[in-house]
Amino acid sequence: MSRYEVAADVTGSVWKIVTQVGDELGAGDTVMILESMKMEIPVIAEDGGTVVELLVAEGESVSEGQTVAILDE
Amino acid sequence: MQRVLVANRGAVAARIIRCLDTLGLESVAVYSDADADAPYLEAATTAVRIGAGPPTESYLDHDAVIAALKSSGADGLHPGYGFLAESAPFARKVIDTGAVWIGPSPDWVELMGHKTRAREFAARHGIPVGAGSAVLRPDGPEAMHAAAERIGYPLLVKPAGGGGGIGMLAVSAPSELMDVVERASAIAARGFGDGEVYLERLLERPRHIEFQILADRHGHAVHLFERDCSVQRRHQKIIEEAPAPGISRDRLDPLADRLVDVFAGAGYDSIGTVESLFGSSGEVTFLEMNTRLQVEHGVTEEITGVDLVAGQIRLATGERLGSVLDRPIERCGHAIEARVYAEDPIRFFPSPGPLDVFRPPEGIRVETGYREGQTVTPFYDPLLAKVIAHAPDRSAAIGQLTQALEGFAVEGVRTNIPALVKILRSEAFTVGRIDTGLATDVVAPERTVR
Repeated sequence: MSRYEVAADVTGSVWKIVTQVGDELGAGDTVMILESMKMEIPVIAEDGGTVVELLVAEGESVSEGQTVAILDE
Repeated sequence: MQRVLVANRGAVAARIIRCLDTLGLESVAVYSDADADAPYLEAATTAVRIGAGPPTESYLDHDAVIAALKSSGADGLHPGYGFLAESAPFARKVIDTGAVWIGPSPDWVELMGHKTRAREFAARHGIPVGAGSAVLRPDGPEAMHAAAERIGYPLLVKPAGGGGGIGMLAVSAPSELMDVVERASAIAARGFGDGEVYLERLLERPRHIEFQILADRHGHAVHLFERDCSVQRRHQKIIEEAPAPGISRDRLDPLADRLVDVFAGAGYDSIGTVESLFGSSGEVTFLEMNTRLQVEHGVTEEITGVDLVAGQIRLATGERLGSVLDRPIERCGHAIEARVYAEDPIRFFPSPGPLDVFRPPEGIRVETGYREGQTVTPFYDPLLAKVIAHAPDRSAAIGQLTQALEGFAVEGVRTNIPALVKILRSEAFTVGRIDTGLATDVVAPERTVR
């Protein structure tokens, strides 16, 4: 069991969360989609794993580098 | 018309306010909380707050903009580009207040805003249109597959009500078709209110060539040549130029003349741009018509010496084309525009933040709505500035633009300037071997592997 944090690549807002706590993700799967400057930017689970915690809600503002989810490999 | 409300923000708001001043007209700027310290607000005769930062609460809010129009005493409205510029319902609301809508008749906005109806219009008037389908409901897989077979693969799935490349997805084989249709339809439903899509033949690595039209309300129209806007990232233009390099005038001019005949004949009555794709094997296809001022209008202004914004405003008040254009339109030299975006130069991700340093180059045309110390917020598109070079020939214009971009100091946000310079210096660009795949080819080798 090794937990890792998934961070936002951009400053913007959370447009859509496409996973739930407990979901099993493959490497490269999308956890949620951010919106910034009219663009949709996916937040990717680089190594895959189980979604342990989602730290933001749809519509919420996020900053670049902010942890938005925790996964467990 | 005495006083014009500018229903937009950023570089285009600054440009229109400056133009109104030269025409001796008063200007009303509008702003959201996110733009309260924008420099062009001071240049306007007066400025009105219309709401909070998110576009739906300010620049896209019909009621807020109409209320500002009425309270400010403006008797004209310029929509700029983006936001409400291509909303026929909004145009009708403006006209209902008794103010001048500085754009084409709402019926034209409506017709050209619906992409398949616009294609039908083009085809009916002898403008070349590539293979495509009518609007299809995403829940009809049999009709969808039949249409796709008729058009042939690869093809594009496009939202019927959309534009700007948003929600446009490629399909290379029948097995992928319905999956992609479902995704495109979901994006269309969210972004444009309906889930309707259509299919179109995908030209691989075409050139994006568009024609500038100017028409009055008395049945006259002219063209102001073409712009080549092939250099794009994520279907969005980043470098535009005129004239289009390396294409014979024998292919460009007859098409431009044909467009003038069609739109004058059909009663088009404002500024407009017809976008087309030129395929590598000589095929030309109508893409869409934008019934508004275009972001890259400055390129055409530079080579023709015509102030397109002033022309658009004067034509909206009923002036005749003959009095707005005091001489025949001619081309002079070569112009290239680069769009400077607040975004990561390699991955093209947005990069909002404070403009700790923002010093545009001098001695060259720069269109911007920002100044040093202002914050670039995540609410709007990432355009910081347009830098436009005009020189006697293309290579001189490339040199001028490259040098200007290298002297453009920006700190606090990342910009795409390194990517722009790399493209301008690339062999493919300098020899004029350009197509819509060029930007990715030149920039992608540096892309970090994720």
